[in-house]
Amino acid sequence: MYRYDEFDAKFVKERVAQFRYQVERRLAGELTEDEFKPLRLMNGLYLQLHAYMLRIAVPYGTLNSRQMRMLAHIARKYDKGYGHFTTRTNMQFHWIKLVDVPDILEDLASVEMHCIQTSGNCIRNVTADHFAGATDEEIEDPRPLCEIIRQWSSLHPEFVFLARKFKIAVGATPHDRAALLWHDMPVEIVKNEAGEVGYRVYAGGGMGRTPYIALLMKDFVKREDILAYLEAVLRVYNQDSRRDNIHKQRIKILVNAIGQEEMQRRVEREFEEIKASGSLQLPQEELDRIRAYFAPPKFETLDDKMPVGSYDFENWKKTNVHKHRAPGYAIATISLKAIGQTPGDISHVQMDALADLMDQFGIDEIRVSHEQNLVLPHARKRDLPAIFARLQKLDLATPNSGLITDIIACPGLDYCDLANARSIPIAKDIAKRFENLDRQHDIGELKIKISGCINACGHHHAGHIGILGVDKKGVEYYQILLGGSGAEDASVGNIMGPGFSAHDIGPAVERVVDTYVKLRQSGERFLDTYRRVGMEPFKNMAYLEQMYAAH
Amino acid sequence: MAATPALQVLTANRLRDGAVVYWQAGVWADEFKDADVFNDKAAADAALAAAMVFVKDRVVVNPYLFAVREEAGQIRAIEQREIIRGAGPSVRRDLGKQAKPSMEAFDVSI
Amino acid sequence: MPLIKDGAFVQDAFVTVADDAALPDGAAIVSLARFQKEREALLIRNAPLGVQLKSPENPELLGEDVQRFSVIVLEFPVFRDGRAFSWARMLRERLKFTGEIRGTGHFLYDQIAYMKRVGFDAWNVAEGFRLEQFHRALTEITNVYQPSADGKKTIRELRATPRP
Repeated sequence: MYRYDEFDAKFVKERVAQFRYQVERRLAGELTEDEFKPLRLMNGLYLQLHAYMLRIAVPYGTLNSRQMRMLAHIARKYDKGYGHFTTRTNMQFHWIKLVDVPDILEDLASVEMHCIQTSGNCIRNVTADHFAGATDEEIEDPRPLCEIIRQWSSLHPEFVFLARKFKIAVGATPHDRAALLWHDMPVEIVKNEAGEVGYRVYAGGGMGRTPYIALLMKDFVKREDILAYLEAVLRVYNQDSRRDNIHKQRIKILVNAIGQEEMQRRVEREFEEIKASGSLQLPQEELDRIRAYFAPPKFETLDDKMPVGSYDFENWKKTNVHKHRAPGYAIATISLKAIGQTPGDISHVQMDALADLMDQFGIDEIRVSHEQNLVLPHARKRDLPAIFARLQKLDLATPNSGLITDIIACPGLDYCDLANARSIPIAKDIAKRFENLDRQHDIGELKIKISGCINACGHHHAGHIGILGVDKKGVEYYQILLGGSGAEDASVGNIMGPGFSAHDIGPAVERVVDTYVKLRQSGERFLDTYRRVGMEPFKNMAYLEQMYAAH
Repeated sequence: MAATPALQVLTANRLRDGAVVYWQAGVWADEFKDADVFNDKAAADAALAAAMVFVKDRVVVNPYLFAVREEAGQIRAIEQREIIRGAGPSVRRDLGKQAKPSMEAFDVSI
Repeated sequence: MPLIKDGAFVQDAFVTVADDAALPDGAAIVSLARFQKEREALLIRNAPLGVQLKSPENPELLGEDVQRFSVIVLEFPVFRDGRAFSWARMLRERLKFTGEIRGTGHFLYDQIAYMKRVGFDAWNVAEGFRLEQFHRALTEITNVYQPSADGKKTIRELRATPRP
């Protein structure tokens, strides 16, 4: 993975000093809260319901064991012993004090971590497939480009005060695990007819109040031109976006207002000029230099036999172990979705133990997925039983990757100042209802995504079943959406109808799932059945009790 | 018919640590149960105005009034958001203000 | 309003004129609207001319006249409105404007370094703003990752430079 040189280290160090000075000025009254807010947001610091929340960048979801240990240390020293992995693969701590943040940033800098641009109206963390570098499906590892984009976008003087946030993801596989088309600017690594590798760039994806799937901007951008193209898109966005209505200021609004063709035309004009200037040309040797950091570990020649083990191990293998490109290796998903626990939360004990596990089994990296799970990208097959046993002791071995209890949920009204309703208790309730593993396997792939407000941090628009918490006269209500997808078949979920109370949402979801089981044809996932039969049958079943009550 | 006067409490977050605080006779209390309850608008507005000095002095941020009601002799927040702000996360009963022995149980049932 | 240029407080050689006020004899800054209305008369004056653009006003609206201005003032209606960063860069890089680009309105100390990078070279600051703050702002982050209008060497270029 990327290693800081003296320039990167100095950059982060100076950023810490800069923030320390900003906090001083805030406490001395030289900055109002209104002026301080965007500055602290650009260092990942929110003021939430109970305390400050700090969002730490995990670039393209990659951590080493030293960094994992530092996160555990921060949880203990500055927080309440746990953290939360987000749908943008970052780490959040919920109980932070403003006055501690400069010291926290200093601690993070010591392990090459930071909170730069994890919030605010700027370019955010660049995300990628959590199987990058380990899967045999990719054209190439997307993370070198992610790192190049990260550097280019860090404190970019022209784009630090955009109209709204700007999220970039890089994809390299036919099966999309990174919700690519839901991003403001998706970048897909592709091969043209000549076999050249280049990039397909999209723009205008986004969730929130008005969800959109991204539209194609350019089919093939040559390697050396990619930064020029990305800068062109950002420039058009910064110049032409609305600034009069906070709900209409994402790039998705601009693209859909002026249309795909017009957006392409404006971007192309900028692109031609930037290219001509040569200033952002990406030389092959720079790409190669960055790539070298992401070279895979030297894979040993190992027996490719998958070990068999206990009943529990066999269950875990079914869902949580995935094919690796190297014989004798496997990718293992560490579920942070234990039944009845907060999705994505992890304790300092678990973090330290995972760091130990990584060191013991010679696994250099651990990944964070946007689905709020962790991934061991390069596990030796022969080590899997021992790894599993260790994970089991840590309550990190729930065999539910991709199943209905592998729920995405935002922190919601339990923590978040923006929320209208709680999401975590709903996630827990639903997980408990579907706890039976045989039933989970019978249901198969069913992605439930829960957001506590329209900001959609829980990705409810992209859920096969999405749940949106709303405030109905001070009471928490939950709307169901069906048919969303965050994969390569990206689609926006459709709202089913009126919301359900917190008491009724669990049973409603059960009736929706039962409807699928009744109507499905051979081989159909929930999403496929929904796409075939439409909303009506699900809606009728879901509101059954309300209908009986009414009559 | 005269409208029933709304009951209100004044709250803010402490600047230095983000903690939830409540207005209590010109100072900031940690616990909801100690908060002044305003039953007339003028008093509530006067307290809010007085609270702005604490904003200027960088003690708190964003003071605001929220509605409460009386239930069986107890003052309770009406909105779920304020109930949670006053107690802590419903999903971690061991954390936040609710973890203090002086706090009474917080209803998490859904 | 205090004006910083070339690292020091300077006298403003220009008078900023309201749309309905009479023009002074000397150097004047007018709004884009006024320039568009009184273009001939303004260009014919034997005095330096400046134009002040609001944040939605694209400098390309100045057309061929852009080089006729001694100063172009870019307004920040609120510090969050970052369009001027792109406008300044456009003036330097696409339009090859070599005159003064002045920032005015509500911008923060924390934005000064970014403003310099994209091509601003003069700042209308608030009364009481201390000059050492200006210099400090420019030293907070030593190196930069991306090229901009200031021509400053990027970290990538510095990496490639052989070091003693």
